[in-house]
Amino acid sequence: MADAIIATPLLRVDNLGYASGATRIIGGVSFALNAGSRTVVLGANGAGKSVLMRLLHGLLPLASGRVEWFAPNGRPVVQAMVFQRAVMLRRSALANVLYALTLSHIPPTDHGARAFEALRRAGLEELAERPARVLSGGEQQRLALARAWAIRPDVLFLDEPTASLDPAATRDVETAILGIEQDGTKIVMTTHNLGQARRLADEILFVDEGTVTEHTPAAEFFRQPRSPEAAQFMEGELP
Amino acid sequence: MDTLTGSIAAALQLMLGADPMLLGIIGLSLRVSLVAVLIATVIGAPIGAAVAVGRFRGRRAAIVTMNGLMGLPPVVVGLLVYLLLSRAGPLGSLGLLFTPGAMIIAQAILITPIIAALTRQIVEDAWSEYRELLVSLRATPWQAARTLLWDTRYALSTVVLAGLGRAMAEVGAVMIVGGNIDGVTRVMTTTIALETSKGDLPLALALGLILILVVMLLNAAAFATREWAVRKYG
Repeated sequence: MADAIIATPLLRVDNLGYASGATRIIGGVSFALNAGSRTVVLGANGAGKSVLMRLLHGLLPLASGRVEWFAPNGRPVVQAMVFQRAVMLRRSALANVLYALTLSHIPPTDHGARAFEALRRAGLEELAERPARVLSGGEQQRLALARAWAIRPDVLFLDEPTASLDPAATRDVETAILGIEQDGTKIVMTTHNLGQARRLADEILFVDEGTVTEHTPAAEFFRQPRSPEAAQFMEGELP
Repeated sequence: MDTLTGSIAAALQLMLGADPMLLGIIGLSLRVSLVAVLIATVIGAPIGAAVAVGRFRGRRAAIVTMNGLMGLPPVVVGLLVYLLLSRAGPLGSLGLLFTPGAMIIAQAILITPIIAALTRQIVEDAWSEYRELLVSLRATPWQAARTLLWDTRYALSTVVLAGLGRAMAEVGAVMIVGGNIDGVTRVMTTTIALETSKGDLPLALALGLILILVVMLLNAAAFATREWAVRKYG
């Protein structure tokens, strides 16, 4: 049976819509994402990328349509999200990671080891006991990644995770994202930065004025986007 | 001027000599206010936190009411508690009128809205910052509430200290429901009022100085707590 070989997607979105008051923010969005690759949601500021991420992750109520998850082996899909401005609890770096673990499905006996491992992989083990809110912007964002990493999510959403970081901190965060993906986590990330999209994307989901205009493998997208909106966006990019 | 300097000298003598009557009055003031603030916190803080995080009909009205009740006139509260506790009143059989218990009830009524309104403000600010993260981590409302209260504990402790300062300095309500009975319900503020009208200025002044000192210390403690927490936790 040839059909049985075709992988089921991790996530299927059908005719998704969201409105704020009378203003439509997202409308008529349908696509499917497979596990185990990096999807970059690309688009201009205000295109609806962040709202789309929040709808997928369940932070905003859907106005219409549906979001369906297909777990790898029947258990609920574990999701995590990293925000543009890291939200740090008023505790130490280590306690921030442990907090996420206590709310997760992971058995308590593993929490300590997992938290240290996540901090180590984010390059933060030296700062474990430091209060999270006095860390630098780049360190906070890596801590947010460690916090997400610790719970071994099936999917990690990142909303412009490097938008307010300098180039060195951006590189650290991108390295951490690649490390998380190698552990088998699906990456879904928004950016308006073409260079970052080139570095990280396996496939591009291009968003313009609240709709997805194309869903294309990255290599093909950067050679020649299919939609005129994406082509125009690429032309407008500063060198 | 002579009265003032003479009174200050006598006041210092009372304070340095640890006059037993003076100590008794201060002790009762502290006891009544501490218990009242404890009760007000147990009632007010959860109400404030619930209004901060909850989304329900009449929420705005609840906030306006809480803020408005912060300015309750103490004498009116005293009068209402007096009517409740007086022999003919609905709670008259408890025999609480003119006891420290009555003073605690009146002060708790005055302080609860203060604790609730200030808690609401602090928890709501923290909630607007933490909301997306806590929803993302799939925290239940109960877990979210516990996290918010824990993470704002230092700011909330300053609220309690503010309530205590207000309670210690309050005179109208405790005067009415306590009756200012010597050795039973006489606290610092009521003694100052009485002794001033009697002309015994040294005792009034000694108590006044101590009261100012206590209120200043409470505010300094609140300030230091907040500074320390900001340095430690950001």
